[in-house]
Amino acid sequence: MADLVNALYGIPIVGLLFQLIGYLVTIVPQPVIAHQIVFLAVPLIFGALCGVMCERSGVVNIGIDGMMLASAFVGFVAAGLLNEAMPGEPFGPFGMTVPLLVGVLAGVVTGVLLSVLHAWLSITIRADQIISGTIINIAAGGFTGYLYRLIVIPDPRMGAGNFGTLSTPDGITSIPVVGWIIGAFLNQGPIAFSALFAVIVLQVLLFRSRWGLRTRAVGEHPKAADTVGIDVIRLRYRNVIIGGVFAGLAGAFLTLEAQGSFQLNLTHGSGFIALAAVIIGRWTPIGAFGAAILFSFATTLQVAIGLQPPPGSLGTILAAVPSQLFGALPYIVTIVVLAGFIGRSIAPAADGQPYAKEART
Amino acid sequence: MSLSADPVPAGTPAMSAPPTRGRWRGWFRGTALVPLLAVLLAFAVGSILILISSVATTGHLDPSLPFRAYGAMLEGAGITTDPDAIFSGLINTLTVAAPLVLGGLSVGIAFKAGLFNIGGFGQFIMGALGAAVTGAAVSAWPAPAAIAAALAVGSLTGAAWGFIPGALKALTGAHEVVTTIMLNTIATSVIGWLVTGPFLAPGFSFSRTGDIGNAAIPIILGRNLDAGVLLSVIAVPAIWFLLFRSTLGFQIRAVGANPSAARYAGMRPTLIIIFTMSLAGFLFGVAGSVEVLGNTHFVNASYGTTYGFDAITVALLGRTHPVGIVLAALLFGAMRAGSGLMQITTGIPVEMVDVLQAIVLLFIAANVIVRNVFRIRASAGGLAELETVTKSYSSGAVR
Repeated sequence: MADLVNALYGIPIVGLLFQLIGYLVTIVPQPVIAHQIVFLAVPLIFGALCGVMCERSGVVNIGIDGMMLASAFVGFVAAGLLNEAMPGEPFGPFGMTVPLLVGVLAGVVTGVLLSVLHAWLSITIRADQIISGTIINIAAGGFTGYLYRLIVIPDPRMGAGNFGTLSTPDGITSIPVVGWIIGAFLNQGPIAFSALFAVIVLQVLLFRSRWGLRTRAVGEHPKAADTVGIDVIRLRYRNVIIGGVFAGLAGAFLTLEAQGSFQLNLTHGSGFIALAAVIIGRWTPIGAFGAAILFSFATTLQVAIGLQPPPGSLGTILAAVPSQLFGALPYIVTIVVLAGFIGRSIAPAADGQPYAKEART
Repeated sequence: MSLSADPVPAGTPAMSAPPTRGRWRGWFRGTALVPLLAVLLAFAVGSILILISSVATTGHLDPSLPFRAYGAMLEGAGITTDPDAIFSGLINTLTVAAPLVLGGLSVGIAFKAGLFNIGGFGQFIMGALGAAVTGAAVSAWPAPAAIAAALAVGSLTGAAWGFIPGALKALTGAHEVVTTIMLNTIATSVIGWLVTGPFLAPGFSFSRTGDIGNAAIPIILGRNLDAGVLLSVIAVPAIWFLLFRSTLGFQIRAVGANPSAARYAGMRPTLIIIFTMSLAGFLFGVAGSVEVLGNTHFVNASYGTTYGFDAITVALLGRTHPVGIVLAALLFGAMRAGSGLMQITTGIPVEMVDVLQAIVLLFIAANVIVRNVFRIRASAGGLAELETVTKSYSSGAVR
């Protein structure tokens, strides 16, 4: 067996591919790595669900990043201020405290408010949807930076900690073949769990419920939907606002579950990677989930290669690649995928087009 | 691609024709009034925010704080009575406005072609890197040759960073809004790598590019206004001529108004889109090069800029017209230049400028608010070209 593997690894060029596969097989099932892949995917999953909700009903939302940033900040500050006023005792699973829960709520409310703004601009007054998203991004960057200096910097000890993770029973991780996958998904906090839950629920609802049928109709052909009595404007509003809930949860995850602190420009453009995940996932929740996992996998791989460099010629080659370029990998992957080098995905036909009852569409 | 192909290439928006005598009033109401009132209204909303912030900075509600903050901002921008402060403030304003003019023209011309260039950040810093690295390599050349070489390489690096999303959009349909943002982050990584690796200059306490020596653009006025400002001055009529007096400019506007119609009329949207994005990158590349050669003189490993996003506001506030862009760039140049003094003297963070920007943009996008507040019946406050940007969001290649 070992001889066969060494023979495969020794083949010029193709051998490198085998080495890579061999490396991934040894590295990915490690609990730390597998956990990290799911963990880093959570904000992307929620961001992408926000994108799916909006674009399936015909509204382009490039403001997801701003919504996430603003929610992360407001959630953090709300939890921090409440924690100073009345420090909460942990109760129940995940080390929940009242300030943390209030923080999540505040983050979600922020996401909802911003999505109402986006909905109003792009649905009611039919302003340009990409400009509307840009406004949200600039406003989120500006307001969080402004308030960060005013509120957080004078009070450096602000914070309410973060949610804990569920410890995985030993029996599960020792299940052969799939045990590590289940373990990676179980060893997470409450917001991460709700992300997985939301993906499944949304996938079923979007393709198996009356609401889902109507949403898709409104996104493909709003005029036809209107003709059969669907209130296009109302449905779009509702869906964009639900999208805001997801963006708010993505933000809350960043400051209340992933870490207990806030930094300027915390999202680092992950809202835009989430948008790419929507496109790669062909506007389906499950697809977007898969794409989000792909991106977090690329990020995790960068860390893994630094910690445990692969042996052999593959390791020599990877060691020569500067670490900054590994950092750019998810963004490069996004461009490559967007350019359609890996299959083409078709957007909802009315994506980005405002609807007016009497106007030509 | 939209099926509702408008057969008339509506590439002649209101501002393209210079208003004849007697129509200035109508032009003012139709074009300039909404942006002006949007700025006014944004400052009013901002003052409410500052008033609330006074609780954090002074401990109680201080009604004078908005006035003091805006006063400090004006003073820092050179709008004051102290003669020394006027000179240095105006110089600072011009120093910030010069790259904003180039950036505004870049975003503006992209809008004319129905493209949204959010990639100014990446194009600017890549241009800066190109100029800094070349400048260090040719630092011993005679000054004119060294400056020309560094400027040329920097500008072309920026152009290349604009060419990529242009080609991707035209050939594969990957929307420039997402690709340019990705390229912004990639540019940061590339600079982090090159400045700590191949182009790391020895003998400094931190990672940076080498000394540019003779490639430095000379200062012509005050403490920091370099001769590079002349490039911004030249660019304005040049872009105006290109857009409104040349065949190429007509094609750019036609593609922006309706790519299908432009193609039926025998134009080639693919090439126009690639050209326009490259030109947009080039303009930001010039801005980045001038910033490095005239001002900072090197690039460090975490080089960044606010010009990329400021330029979007400048272009929209200036209604994508070169003259409007100059006025908007001067306004935001003044705000950025004055914000430092505002933060020092009143404790209101410099990010106030970003907040004001967002509010200005909001009022321009939702000009219905402005029209209701001031009870005016101005004609459309929006921009026709923007429709193409959003329509093309997921419509595939333009061929």
